[in-house]
Amino acid sequence: MRHIDVGSVLRHSANLPYADLVTRSTGAAVRRCIEAELSSLAHDDVATLDFTHIGMMDYSCADEVVAKLLLDLARRGGRPSSLVFHGITDAHLEAIEDVLLHHGLALVVHFADGAARLVGAVSEDERVLWQLVHARGTYIVDDLARDSARNSADVLPVLEALLDRRLLRRDGFTFAPIGVAS
Amino acid sequence: MTAVITVPSSLDDLSFELVLDQLAAHPADAKVIVDARHCTFASPYGLTALLTLAQTRSERPAFLPPDDADKLTYWARAGFFRYAEEVYDVQGSVPRPRSTSESDVLLEITPVVKSDDVHTVVERIKDKATQILTNRLHLISRATMGFTMALSEACQNIVEHAGRGGWVMVQVYQYRKRLGGRHAVVIAVCDAGLGFRRSLESSPRRPLTDRWDDGFALETAVVNGVSRYGDPGRGQGLKGIRGYVHRWDGKLSVRSGTARIALVPPWDDDVPRRDNLAPFAGAQLQITIPEKSAA
Repeated sequence: MRHIDVGSVLRHSANLPYADLVTRSTGAAVRRCIEAELSSLAHDDVATLDFTHIGMMDYSCADEVVAKLLLDLARRGGRPSSLVFHGITDAHLEAIEDVLLHHGLALVVHFADGAARLVGAVSEDERVLWQLVHARGTYIVDDLARDSARNSADVLPVLEALLDRRLLRRDGFTFAPIGVAS
Repeated sequence: MTAVITVPSSLDDLSFELVLDQLAAHPADAKVIVDARHCTFASPYGLTALLTLAQTRSERPAFLPPDDADKLTYWARAGFFRYAEEVYDVQGSVPRPRSTSESDVLLEITPVVKSDDVHTVVERIKDKATQILTNRLHLISRATMGFTMALSEACQNIVEHAGRGGWVMVQVYQYRKRLGGRHAVVIAVCDAGLGFRRSLESSPRRPLTDRWDDGFALETAVVNGVSRYGDPGRGQGLKGIRGYVHRWDGKLSVRSGTARIALVPPWDDDVPRRDNLAPFAGAQLQITIPEKSAA
């Protein structure tokens, strides 16, 4: 798993002497640096973007740093296999949620206490299944169907969608959370 | 012949129209004197809009500062004369600005020309805004984050769309009439640049309609979130400001060209849209966030 400290990217890689992610040009500069780091990863790698050292983030920066990164990943089907977000606070969440909803995107935020949250544009089915998988660690389709009181035939396309959106990963015959070792 | 433009005794976003009505009769190259001698109150919008007014004149205007010494001191403390001296021939002597650390001026008049200026504004206001919004307006921390974001996006509109620099100012007020004594924080961001209609006209995203005018352009950008840029992520700044203002029972007004639109909360009696106003270059935006009601 590759850990990318976004605060360090802002101040060192992008060489911008700020603590906050504001303005579109700043966001674009940071995104380009992150993309360069991600391009060196293998296809099955998971990358962690850590926002711990970022003060606040505005809509324009969230669009550049978060939404465009996810859109590019989805479009190219490129590396890494998944992105996990750490260190997200209320100072970032308002802007991030808005841009994710705007683009129909979603991401997984991991908190310091081990809790995780699905943020952005997800259906109720996606959220329920994601929460079950995250709570238990791994699941096969039939067990997940039983525990969610749904048919396996209904569950599978939802899980496939969560895989396509890199919000879950496949681990053999099971579905597993991203960013968590099985 | 020199025309005298009289600044009303109370200068805010609405009474600034009286200034523009007087100015409309005089071409940009006509010599004017902006007479603020009898002005006893000026909001952040009034002060920043007065600066942009000078930018619209090809003949450098003269400026007569307020007679009242207290008002003069306030205007100086707000940073008005620092920039007025660049765009006006300021008549008479004006006081040197003092520290604003103990005043209700959250952010004195600050120029916004380039992206770095937006960072400066955010850095300067962040901590003080958190303190004021939490302690005096009794808003939760998420509201203070949204406030700084809204300020950042409003300033970025100048950098991204105006084509020339503008100014921003932020202040806390006690609204005796409209808010029953509650406080409110007011952001004013004014520029004399392209304005919304001309900005959108430079883009294929401009709606094709016979009704195209400044009011339609404002609705297209502010209400529908359309930007001149083709990038689908664009236009979210104003949309975010609108959402923030609505969430916290605030007011947003944007003037551009000959029109003005406003998102009007229940505590205010403004109208949602005004057309056929006196022409004024650029865009002038005001955000008001009130103290949380006790009810």
